[in-house]
Parts: sequence; structure tokens; C-alpha cells
Amino acid sequence: MSLTFIQEPLDKTAPRVVPAQSVTLHVNGQARTIQIAPWTSLLDALREYLDLTGTKKGCDHGQCGACTVLVDGKRINSCLALATVYQGKQIQTIEGLGTEDNLSPLQQAFVDHDAFQCGYCTPGQICSAQGLINEGRCKTVDEVREHMSGNLCRCGAYTNILSAVMEVLHDGEAVVDNGVLITIPAQPTKAL
Amino acid sequence: MSQTIATPPTVRLDSDVIGKPINRTEGPAKVSGAAKYAAEFDVTGPLWYGYIVSSPVAKGKITKIHAEEVLAIPGVQRVFSHENVPSLAWFDRAYKDDVAPGGSPFRPLHEPEIMFSQQPVALVVAETFELARYAASVLRIEYDVEKHNTDLESSIGEAFDAPKGKTGFLPPPKPKGDMNKAFADAPHKVAGEYIHRAQHHNPMEMFATTVDWLGDGKKMKIYDKTQGAPNVQQYIAKIFGLSKDEARIISKYTGGGFGAGLRPQYQVFLAVMAALELEHSIRVVMNRSQMFSMGYRPHTLQKLRLAADDLGHLQAIEHKALAETSQFENETETVVNWSAILYDAPNTNFDYQLTKLDLNTPADMRAPGAATGSFALESAIDELSYEAGKDPLEFRLLNYTYEDPSENKPFTSKRLDDCYHEGAARFGWEKRNPAPRSMRDEKGLLVGWGVAAGCWDASTQKAAAKAVLTADGHLTVSSATNDQGAGTYVIMTQMAAQTLGLPMSQVTFNLGDTDMPAAPVQGGSWTANSVGAAVKNACQEIGKKLLKLAQKMDDSPLAGVDFEDVQFVDGHLRTNEDITRSVAIADVLAASGEAKLEADGKAGPNPLNMLKYSMHSHNAAFVEVKVDEDLGTIHVTRVVNAVAAGRIMNPKTARSQVLGGTVWGVSMALMEETYLNKDLGRYVNHNYAEYHIPTNADIHKIDVIFVEEEDDIASSIGVKGVGEIGMLGVAAAIANAVYHATGKRVRELPLTIDKLL
Repeated sequence: MSLTFIQEPLDKTAPRVVPAQSVTLHVNGQARTIQIAPWTSLLDALREYLDLTGTKKGCDHGQCGACTVLVDGKRINSCLALATVYQGKQIQTIEGLGTEDNLSPLQQAFVDHDAFQCGYCTPGQICSAQGLINEGRCKTVDEVREHMSGNLCRCGAYTNILSAVMEVLHDGEAVVDNGVLITIPAQPTKAL
Repeated sequence: MSQTIATPPTVRLDSDVIGKPINRTEGPAKVSGAAKYAAEFDVTGPLWYGYIVSSPVAKGKITKIHAEEVLAIPGVQRVFSHENVPSLAWFDRAYKDDVAPGGSPFRPLHEPEIMFSQQPVALVVAETFELARYAASVLRIEYDVEKHNTDLESSIGEAFDAPKGKTGFLPPPKPKGDMNKAFADAPHKVAGEYIHRAQHHNPMEMFATTVDWLGDGKKMKIYDKTQGAPNVQQYIAKIFGLSKDEARIISKYTGGGFGAGLRPQYQVFLAVMAALELEHSIRVVMNRSQMFSMGYRPHTLQKLRLAADDLGHLQAIEHKALAETSQFENETETVVNWSAILYDAPNTNFDYQLTKLDLNTPADMRAPGAATGSFALESAIDELSYEAGKDPLEFRLLNYTYEDPSENKPFTSKRLDDCYHEGAARFGWEKRNPAPRSMRDEKGLLVGWGVAAGCWDASTQKAAAKAVLTADGHLTVSSATNDQGAGTYVIMTQMAAQTLGLPMSQVTFNLGDTDMPAAPVQGGSWTANSVGAAVKNACQEIGKKLLKLAQKMDDSPLAGVDFEDVQFVDGHLRTNEDITRSVAIADVLAASGEAKLEADGKAGPNPLNMLKYSMHSHNAAFVEVKVDEDLGTIHVTRVVNAVAAGRIMNPKTARSQVLGGTVWGVSMALMEETYLNKDLGRYVNHNYAEYHIPTNADIHKIDVIFVEEEDDIASSIGVKGVGEIGMLGVAAAIANAVYHATGKRVRELPLTIDKLL
């Protein structure tokens, strides 16, 4: 018995290729003009055309939050945004929040609380946390947990992310009952 | 956060950096977006993009690829497939990487046959990413479809004993006594079948390779996502007939791996092949669906039978496992052996088998084998403790092993008993009402408390490092190791700083480049131990050179002193006996006139110690769950994870490893499962929305306890590694807590609502 399967586009009338066009984006306070196809996502525009690779691609489907950037201060998934639509908006990426030598309070808190491991979800977490702080509606631990849940972290740094966000949200005043570290010192080795 | 400073490798001083909770040295780069991952490097000249096309069928043959239709699109450069793949290395061994299992490795685009759903069948290369993706989406491919089998349960009859062939795989221990008789005669016994289905690693960064075509003969810079640049280098060099110099692999940052990046993945093959054929820089990034086309924790069926005498002493242990593998390779995990290490009984029987299915080869995934085996074992132990009328913790202590019964060897160190005691004290275990369904919270939710233990081997691999001390007093140490988030950057910097008594700010550690001394893949929890020892040895060699130079100085206070009698502290060399006999390293360098000092360091396993001793890390996980019986929801509200893993180099990053392991345990217990549609032979939830992992709201309080061990036999630097151990015990402790809360024993993961209602 022979069965044949043909792999082809679901929509037989797939759109034709559309030529690139000029798009101007205001990113981190700078106007940048690039030539891109109209179906280029804001995420790909940042990463592949503007060399702003701090914004990460984790799924390209709006499921993980690694691509979170701030648009006019509000957090969005840049993978679900077409770049051309965001002309005239103020876009802020992780590179615009602070630099290696001059970290923002949130970036410093992430370092101090070890709120990341591999670091790949981190720019999205930080942009999302900045958006959460800008929104001004979350105060409690449970609220922050809930409203930071659009950003996946496969390394499992969640408790430390929570500590870092709470610290900045409450100007260093918040104490999060989030688990402690206890070290029991080594005993002298017994003779084997 | 409280912590105590561990004994450093030399002497105990305030200036010690080992054992201190120091921030990651690469932290500022990661939080500012400056850290570059594989798909983010600039190239020389223009960059083209490759987009991978995956097979929609599980088994069959490609009969026609309509490449000409997409090649007609302006800007599309090439469609690579089995029809035009260049002639490459012929023998299997060229495709074998350092950690390949036995069998015949998958060769991308090698032939028209389809061996698994989502097998890569073509690479479309175009001038922009958008164009490559579009062209790939309209590429028509015709297949002859054959009948596939991806059903483990219905293929049990085809199981065979897992063969050797993979480095590190231990066959099941030999049987002891008379299992059947002992089980039949015992007053207390349990028997159960345990199941989990495939789980995929899903690191946040998707696999990616950027090849920088330098235009100079065949030389390339290959930026790859991997857990081991040297492993990728030898794979690429052998397949494409390149010298190692021509196949330079760079992997500065790895956005998670968890085992997915141990073996070279097919995107690096495709990217390098396309770059060589087109003589052009190229970038290939998988999409999230394709992250489910690679290795995975295999669907495994386990059967356990345990029996105890009237006093609660184990009399019989039987642990059998059956796992799936591909048609072309025998991926083997060590699943059942842990049951013969954690517990002892006079009558035992162990078995581990495989069945071949029309799927891709599974792969090691965080705590491979142990996560699988320990869930079943520690669930069964818990069940037996109830049968025997003992507290689950008391029952474990009653059956504690002081020697490794699987090999009749002493442990180099084992403080699992202290993990139990310290963990129980922190958790408040003494307040536990032992009866199931006896505890409720203030809202009326059922509360369950569970415990389980874990065990992982502490192994050392061959590793090398190079240290360079320049005249300005800066120490740069390098090794081609990896940091997938484990903390390699910071702990190696600590190790180097400690060894030569320099401040952290005067030390740089570089990794992830095959131009550096070779190191093993980052896995098995062996990096801290293996690379750490190599770094220490390289720095000690620098120290010896410094001492010689110091002794050449006029009226040297160190004249006639042996290296063993010298310590390196606060930028000085000084004698152990009299610390006022001291010379500043800066003065030694200045007086010597040397521009720089260089030294290599190596480390590796100690075969004699391995023969004599059993080397393992251990943990005990205590878990509280709250169950809403009306809705069937389970929340893990509190975890205490007590870990005994030798010396802790950096409590901050080690704690993070254990936090991550704990989250992985919660994830395995409650969420992770890749659904295989057996009619299609295909994983159907291949995306982050439908493959569930915990979010921030799912994770609550986690206490980490390090019970440190002084152990210079398991490792010359006393380190056992913490990458895997933190995950163990957690899933079983959750299942045990769910039993305590509800009276319902669930033996199938994940513990979803349907299994509880």
C-alpha cells in the first residue's frame, strides 16, 4: 500500500513577496531608518536590522515573553508586532534601560539577586518588570508573581526574579519571604 | 541569606573568595543585553539566512522536492536537500560526537528516507530572514508514506536489553538472593507501575548557528549554541574534512541547554554545509516547533516491587525500566542503578530495556535516568513506609546505606542523613500528622507533606586550562568549557583568584572557544570539578614560576622555601610558617622584567580512587502541596531542598542551580509532557503555549540547604557539582505529598487534574 503526502502551504494562494520599504523607528531615543519587508516583526527589525540583539527570540509566537520591549512605556511582545506599525512610537529595549557600565536599578537588582542563570530570558524579564513598575498597579508578592508570569524562565530563577522586582518596586524596603539559603559546614572527614 | 565560608583549597582566610556568594562576573553583560548568543554575532560582509523545512510525516520517503518554484523567487539563493547535498564523510564514525550513544548517528539531508516526524528535509537559503522563512513555507515536497510505529506500550514485546555503547552508561546491577521468594514471604510489600512520557528540554534560546565566512580559503568562525564547543568542532571537522583550525567553534553564552546541547544539533551541520557550498556567511536558527525535533527525555515505563520485614528493613528491591529509542541509535540512561545505591536489600533484581520506535533519538536531559528512576523508586519507598507503618522519613533513615551496595564500595562522603535531619528541622516535619487527608489549611484546602531523596554521581572528566599573568598583574585564564547558566564564569574566576591570592577584579576567565584548551561538554555536573581542578593547576604552575622569580630577587625573603610552604594571599607570596616573609606579586613581576608568565593546567579522573570508592552527591527534598479537591488543582506551596554535594564554590550561584533543579522537579511532577499522536507519529504540543512549564506564579517558597562535605577523594578540589542533584527527589516528594493530602497514589506523570479527580 502506497500513500502519498504533499507538503504545501495551507493557503494555495500564498501572498507574493512584497518589496522592502523604508521604515523609521525611534529606538532608545534615536531615529533609525531601515529597509524591510512589511511583514518583518519588530523583534526581527531590532535583532537583524538594527543590531539590537539584547531583545531575544524565544518562541516567535508570543508565548514566552523573551522579546518583551517597552513601547511608550508599555510592555509588548515584539515578536507579535509588525515593525512598520510602530513608526512614530517611542521604543525602549534592554539596551536603552542601562549599559554594562551603568546599570539601571532593576538591572543591578537582577545581578545582586542572581535573578537569572543562562541570561536568555533576562532582557525580557527586565523590560517586563519595568513595564510592571510603570503600570503602577502591582504591589504585593502575589500580584507581582501573577503579572510577571508572561515571561518564561526555563532555568527556574523565578524566586530570585520576584525578589529583584520587589526590591526595586518598593525602593529596597520590601522583604520577600521567598526561601533562604542555609549552609551547614563540612565535618572533618572520618578515617575511611 | 545566611552562609558559611567553606574551607578554601589552601588556608582559611578572610580574603578567600571560594565559598563566598559573589555575583556572576558576566551578570552586567547579561542584564544589559550586551551578552552575545549564537544568533547574534556580526559577520564579515553580508549575511544570508537559512530556514529549515521539517518533515510532516513520521516514516516514508521523499519522492519530489519542487525546489525550482522557490528558487524562482528573487533573493532565494539555494534549496539544500538530499538531492544536492555535497558528498561528505562516508563512515558513521565521522558523525559520532563525544557523547553519542551506540548505533548509527542521524545524517541531516543525507538520504530521502524519513525516520521521524519533523526530520529536517531541506534548508532554504535567502538574502533575508523573512524571505527564507517565506520560501520555506511555500516549498512543496512529495512523500511516499509508510506505516510508522511510535507506540511504546504496544511494543513491549520487542524490547531488548540495553546494549553498552554510550560513555558513562552503567548496565543494571547484578541480582542478589531470591527476589520472588523474598517478595512472596515478606509481611510488607508494594508493587507498582510508573509512567512518564517524552519531555523536551526547551531551553529558552533556540538552537542557532552563525557562520562567519572569512573569505580566506575554508576558514570560518562558527558561532554555535552548544554545551561543548570542542565536541562540535571534532564533529564538524570530521564530517567536512576540515582541520580543527578551519572549524573554529565559538560559544560565549548558551541560553540554556539542560542536555539538549550536549550533542551537536543539526542546525550547525546545515549552517556549515551551506556556508561551505555558497562560500558565504550564513545564519540558521531553529523555530520553537523544531526544538521538539531533537533529543528528549524518553517515554519510560517502570515496574517496582519492594518488600520489608516486620521491623521495616528492606528485604527485596526489584526495579525494571523500559524506554524508547530511535530506529538508528540506542540512547541509554542509567535509570534503575540508583535503587541499588540509595537502598540495600538481600534480594534484588534489576532490568533496563529499550524498544525501537519511529522517533528521533532521545537525549540526556537534566539528571538523565536518575530523574526517571528516582521518581519511581522514591514513590515506592514512600508507599512501603505506609505499608510498614513507619513515618516516610524514619523509614528512609532505617534503610540508610553507609556503603554503596551496588558495588560494595565505601562512599567518599555521604551526608544524606544530615540532609534528612537539617531538611526536616527546617521544614517542620515533626508537626506532620502521618494520616493521609488529615491536614487542611485555613481555607480548607487539603495539605500534604512529602519527602524523597536523590543521588547523582560525582564524576571528573579530562579538562585543560591556560593561565597568563601579565606584567600589569592581571591574570587571564581560559578553557573551552561552557556556561549554560551554571555559573562557570564566576566560579572559575574565583578559583583562579583564590589560587594566586589576587582580587577578583584582577582576574578574567574566558570560555567557549575551541582556540582555548579543551574541556568536556557541560553536563553530568562535572564542570565545576573538572575545569575547576584544571584552572587551579594552571594557576599553581604560574605560582611556581612566580616563586622561582621571587627567589632570584636580591635578599629574597623566600630564599630556599619549597612551593608547598608558600601561600598566595592579598597579592603576595608568603611563607606558611612566617607570613612576614613576604613579596608582592607586582614586585616579582617588575623585578623579573618578564612581559607575561604562561602556564597550562590539566585535570582528569583518578582511576585508582574510582576503583576503590563510590562517589556521589545526595539530596533530600521536603515538599508541601495544597490540593483543591473540587477543582483537582495542585500547588506546591513550600519546598526545602537539602543538598550534600561536597564543597560549594559559590553559594549564590549554587543555590540558583538548586532553585532551578527544584523548579524542574515541580515541572516534571505537575506539567511536562510532550503529547505524541500515535496516528500521526508526531508530537502535537510542540510549542511553549501547549508544552507546559512553570511560570512565576507557579513557584513559591524554596529553602535551599547545603550540607557541605570535605571530600578530597571524589575531587581534588572537593567539589561534586550541583547541576543535576537539586532536581532529584522533588518530583517524587510532590507525588508523595499529594498522596498524603488526598490518599490517592498517582504513579503517572505529570500529576494533572484528570488523574486526581
